[in-house]
Amino acid sequence: MASSGANRWPSNGPGDQISDEQATHLRERARFVRLETIRLISIAKVGHYSSVFSCAEIFSVLYYDTMKLRQGEPAWPERDRFLMGKGHAAVGQFPILADLGFFDKSWLDDYTRLGSPLGDHPDMRKVPGVDFSSGSIGHALSNGVGMALGGRFQNQDFNVFVLLGDGEMQEGQVWEAALSAASHRLSKLIAIIDRNGYQLDGKVDDVVAIEPLDEKWRAFGWEVHEVDGHDVVALANLLRAVKADSAREKPCCIIARTVKGKGIDYMETEPGWHLGYLAPEDEARAREAILAGAQ
Amino acid sequence: MNRVLNPESWQYRELNKRAPSLATLANTLIELAEAGHPVVAGTADLQHSNGLIGFARRFPERFTQFGISEQNMVSAAAGMATIGVMPYVATFASFLALLCCEQIRMDVAYCAQPVRLIGHHTGISLGFYGTSHHATEDIAIMRSIADLTVVSPADGPQFAAALRASVHHPQPIYFRIARGHDPIVYANDAPFEFGKAVIHGIGSDLTIIACGMPVHPAKAAMEALNGKGHSVGLIDMHTIKPLDRAAVVAAARKSRIVLTVEEHNVLGGLGGAVAEVMAEEGGGARLVRHGIKDEFSLIAPPTHLYRHYQLDAAGIESVAQSLLA
Repeated sequence: MASSGANRWPSNGPGDQISDEQATHLRERARFVRLETIRLISIAKVGHYSSVFSCAEIFSVLYYDTMKLRQGEPAWPERDRFLMGKGHAAVGQFPILADLGFFDKSWLDDYTRLGSPLGDHPDMRKVPGVDFSSGSIGHALSNGVGMALGGRFQNQDFNVFVLLGDGEMQEGQVWEAALSAASHRLSKLIAIIDRNGYQLDGKVDDVVAIEPLDEKWRAFGWEVHEVDGHDVVALANLLRAVKADSAREKPCCIIARTVKGKGIDYMETEPGWHLGYLAPEDEARAREAILAGAQ
Repeated sequence: MNRVLNPESWQYRELNKRAPSLATLANTLIELAEAGHPVVAGTADLQHSNGLIGFARRFPERFTQFGISEQNMVSAAAGMATIGVMPYVATFASFLALLCCEQIRMDVAYCAQPVRLIGHHTGISLGFYGTSHHATEDIAIMRSIADLTVVSPADGPQFAAALRASVHHPQPIYFRIARGHDPIVYANDAPFEFGKAVIHGIGSDLTIIACGMPVHPAKAAMEALNGKGHSVGLIDMHTIKPLDRAAVVAAARKSRIVLTVEEHNVLGGLGGAVAEVMAEEGGGARLVRHGIKDEFSLIAPPTHLYRHYQLDAAGIESVAQSLLA
């Protein structure tokens, strides 16, 4: 966490680039996200493994490097905000929120059980650290537009990060929000597209083609960057630079090229894993694959 | 930058002259903002229709023009509310309640954000603009959303009073207001409380329960019928949710007939809400629901439509008279 002061873990590398130690830590936190996702879904008996695995490094970099947050203070008014259009990846976010001390880690053990605040989608009324509920794809960028406008009205200096699915590009409201953010010059709004290439019914570009994404977002008035969404060094350095660029007058869109199911070979090659369940023996193999993975 | 009309301009004067009840919106929001409430406002390309240009001119930094993107406006208003401001967003009721239903449900009501949704030109008040611009389903849709307060003020003064009360109301609110030509029922200082109906009287023969624009003609109908020797009352049920159940029960127990009057489909609206209470609470009165009888309303100038659907004073009196015979 960029501003956690005394709690700040490994120091920076040269300039404001992340150091090797920081990169190692971010990779380790991404592994933590994947392992916890497997554990939690073993409780629910069904879940969105592969949707989390494509954005595990994005979660790790945002929460453990980019965003201004305070350990144990989920409602700190000056914090950077994080919203998820792809709310079905919340199972990967919850372990991080618990790790940051936003709620007790024991909550995770009852994931999706009757009365648990933690379900397949994030609920701001129930889960400390969730800045806005989601579940209906296409709303989050608009919610982020509102937060950035609200920050401007209130003279607050936080950033708003919105993680969008690539299938989400098919929702019309995303483009209403994109027009609106550029029109209002919301430079504190940063969208990250998890471009993993798949949605429930198959390949995104077979279902409804969305490319060329970079040209679309540029044409809508956004600054656009592309990055390997699993390369924590590239991601963290890009997000640091984007956040530090006080001269930018536009909102910023980062297209993160990712692999759905990243880290588990059979999920990477079998698109049917959008929603699934690992039998106990497969679960053990998946854990080994994650622990053995270079990422 | 938002382009706003100069209050000295012809257009601005005309707007305020023609639609005094709608001018209430901007004027009251200005008053609340000046009093220190964190009011912000937005619209979807209708700042002239709803008069928010007045607010935009006084507080340009607190006004957001969302353009023709109603769903984005509602979701963004919910996002804004999380930062501690109180958004009042306005557009035609037909678009707000129907096009943005899911955004209202998910982002506003489910997330419990104090957004004030103002659906204006509701009912059939847009006359010959047609079915796309009529809103005869909005009460039914909005009142089925949990944690959402639904209010249908009778006139400008009551709307202003409701707006003033709204800054102390913790829940999100859907306001259903007319096009600003509605005749005045109340004095400027008339009291207003969410969920507490205004009881103009309970008749032993018949009590009308109305909301919104029809309250004024219903009051005239009540007075005419009482002048003819009947005992007729009127309840202004300005808050449809939470409904003032005690007021309904009082009418059901004391009156022979309860007549609901609304500028809305009789299915699911005020009549539906009253029917639910009467079915559960008993009371013995006969219930008749008057309004749009589950049809797509015709196209005509608004006054012609009110006459056709018997939502003017003569029409309401005639419907009530036929029940009393």
